[in-house]
Amino acid sequence: MDDANPKVTVDDTPLVVAGRTFNSRLIIGTGKYATYAQNAEALKASGADMITVAIRRVNLSNPDEPRLVDFISPEDYTFLPNTAGCFTGEDAVRTLRLAREAGGWNLVKLEVLSDPKHLYPDMAETLRAAEMLIKDGFDVMVYCSDDPVYAKKLEEIGCCAIMPLGAPIGSGLGIQNPVNIRLIIEQTKVPVIVDAGVGTASDAAVAMELGCDGVLMNTAIAEAKDPIRMASAMKHAVIAGREAYLAGRMPKKRYADPSSPLSGLI
Amino acid sequence: MTNVRTHKEVSEAVLQLTVNGEDRSLPAGSSVSDLVSALDLDGRKIAVERNLEIVPRSQYGGTELENGDRIEIVAFVGGG
Repeated sequence: MDDANPKVTVDDTPLVVAGRTFNSRLIIGTGKYATYAQNAEALKASGADMITVAIRRVNLSNPDEPRLVDFISPEDYTFLPNTAGCFTGEDAVRTLRLAREAGGWNLVKLEVLSDPKHLYPDMAETLRAAEMLIKDGFDVMVYCSDDPVYAKKLEEIGCCAIMPLGAPIGSGLGIQNPVNIRLIIEQTKVPVIVDAGVGTASDAAVAMELGCDGVLMNTAIAEAKDPIRMASAMKHAVIAGREAYLAGRMPKKRYADPSSPLSGLI
Repeated sequence: MTNVRTHKEVSEAVLQLTVNGEDRSLPAGSSVSDLVSALDLDGRKIAVERNLEIVPRSQYGGTELENGDRIEIVAFVGGG
């Protein structure tokens, strides 16, 4: 069968964001886990090399409180500070300047939200905040709506990754608008990473099959009954989805097409 | 901090600060570095903001606190 085994597999290139290379196309959040120890285990199982983190006040009344960095080292993983909880550009800039001072790196995730009910991004404010951050020297990965028009504007002002939501944050509803996600992928030259909305492995695979460069998720792993096993499932789903995208799926047909030959029937 | 404490007239004066929203007092003449030590936060990955301006780590020792300063001390926590 050697001669019937043509090598058509396309070698994949790794995910590169703002000049940084990542082995995994899965990025995971570090919120909502039962403990930081469980979080660290899930991270290992996910194979991710980038994690999102938040910036919050140090608990002064309990300095012995467990700390994220005691379980997950910034030496081993890329910490991507977010602006969760920020509702204005000024809030976001203030938060990420503090993150840059605490960590010493400038790759960040911008999210400027609006109504807590749906946590949809405020796109006008997101665009303004992104401009402020880029001017201040940050590499901005931006959480955004699945609107191709705003995605284009964010890319044009210099965001280093466009991260449209698949569904509302924490909802686990999966990719609600594959048409828009695909439009964004087609028009965007920097990485497109679906951020938010993934509920289970097939959702991650769908995002990757659409041609996304990566998937970012938190709740789907943290709130699974077994987060460590789900982290492993997500790792495989992202790889499977990417492979399927690169392989190129068969065309959909309206009618059946037998797999066994029709000739030579007895 | 030791320097400050050796001068009796200085150590009697007290700075009133707001740190992460809580009232705190420190001996007059204390620096950001003294505050960080007093809170047992030495060597931690933190960032300090004084009256909305970031204090770079290299300037903790040289930044003297003033009465009424509003200080924020933050660190990385889990988040999505």
